Amino acid sequence: MSDMKSMSDKTPNSPERRRFISAATVAAGVTLVPGVMLIEVAHGRPEDQAASSAVRWGMLVDATKCASGCDECVSACSTENGWTPVAESQHKKQAPQWIRKLELQDPLTQMETNLPMLCQHCAEPPCVDVCPTGASFKRADGIVLVNRHTCIGCRYCMMACPYKARSLVHEPLNDTQKPDVPRGIGCVEACTFCVQKVDRGDGTTACVEACTASGHNALVFGDMNDPESEISKRLRELPTKQVRADLNLNLGVRYHGI
Amino acid sequence: MAGKIKRLLALGAVVLTTAALAWAGSDDQPKASGAPKPVITKAVKGEQCVEPNDFMRRNHMKVLLHHRDETVLEGIRTKKYSLKECINCHASEKTGSVAASKDDFCVSCHSYAAVKIDCFDCHSTKPQGSMAMHPLNAETAHYAHKLAAQANSKVSAEEMAGVAQ
Repeated sequence: MSDMKSMSDKTPNSPERRRFISAATVAAGVTLVPGVMLIEVAHGRPEDQAASSAVRWGMLVDATKCASGCDECVSACSTENGWTPVAESQHKKQAPQWIRKLELQDPLTQMETNLPMLCQHCAEPPCVDVCPTGASFKRADGIVLVNRHTCIGCRYCMMACPYKARSLVHEPLNDTQKPDVPRGIGCVEACTFCVQKVDRGDGTTACVEACTASGHNALVFGDMNDPESEISKRLRELPTKQVRADLNLNLGVRYHGI
Repeated sequence: MAGKIKRLLALGAVVLTTAALAWAGSDDQPKASGAPKPVITKAVKGEQCVEPNDFMRRNHMKVLLHHRDETVLEGIRTKKYSLKECINCHASEKTGSVAASKDDFCVSCHSYAAVKIDCFDCHSTKPQGSMAMHPLNAETAHYAHKLAAQANSKVSAEEMAGVAQ
């Protein structure tokens, strides 16, 4: 286990280095002959091209690095996607929550574990199985989304989700939405893996950016189908678990240290 | 034969009179009568819409519907026919929005035609960030200060996100 940990520590984790690398990659991508990209920068695909099943977006959560009391990922998600933080909501029990921090304690040993819980972007999502209108769907690149144009707000998907990842918008939002993130009353919603950022070619999500910026580096986002991506490398090195692996849902979010 | 010519002449006279009446009617029709015509403001930026105006007036809903499904289901985010781009160009200078006041671009016609739209139950009616940041805005960034002045007097986007449910 200690070997595993030291191995994982060798990977480039410091925010400065990550920033340098990404800047260098972008620079390399830009300076090439127009139209020829030797390195595909962060899976940027042309905007007229549909999401492809050659990619499967996924996230690795290293619970050993996730800090107690830190909710940078949650507030970053709220800011990026425009949902009101639960603490500020008037109706806390029904407030939308795309990502939440959990603090778990082993009753026998009192060991505490911190982790963020979000939509697990299952390869075989129960929310899609139960949706009566087909509004809940899985995009080709593995991102599970709600088509709000067809969602009737029945909340079957909320019942079906083993991870309590979805919420319903109960109240009118009065034009407070972000232009990139439409959301509205009467529709179910959940983590989208920041699909607007992914489609823009950022290759990362708001929570991952925030976690890296805060220096915890507990989150890694990337293409699980690409053996050279950072997430694939880390998944090869680290022992990881899927939450409720017994359900055989083949999750897009993997946890280390739980 | 003479009867036939007479009939033809009569018919011709009727047609001419009708046409003349219609012509006069269209011109002389007082604008005050009936419902007030919608205010159609020229887009703040951009010279020409993605399609001719006549086409867009009749078919904008069709192209928007098609584009919306491609975007949501497949992740195709081309700018042509994107609702976000409509808003980027057509947001009013006064309110910074396409649907905040009754003269704003979308609302103006839709209330005249009594067609209720629910786009803005979910979609933001305002362009993203400062207008100058938008790529289409590169040449028209000098308009930005007008909107910025409006935006500054109101709540910022971040605060707005915090306010509401």
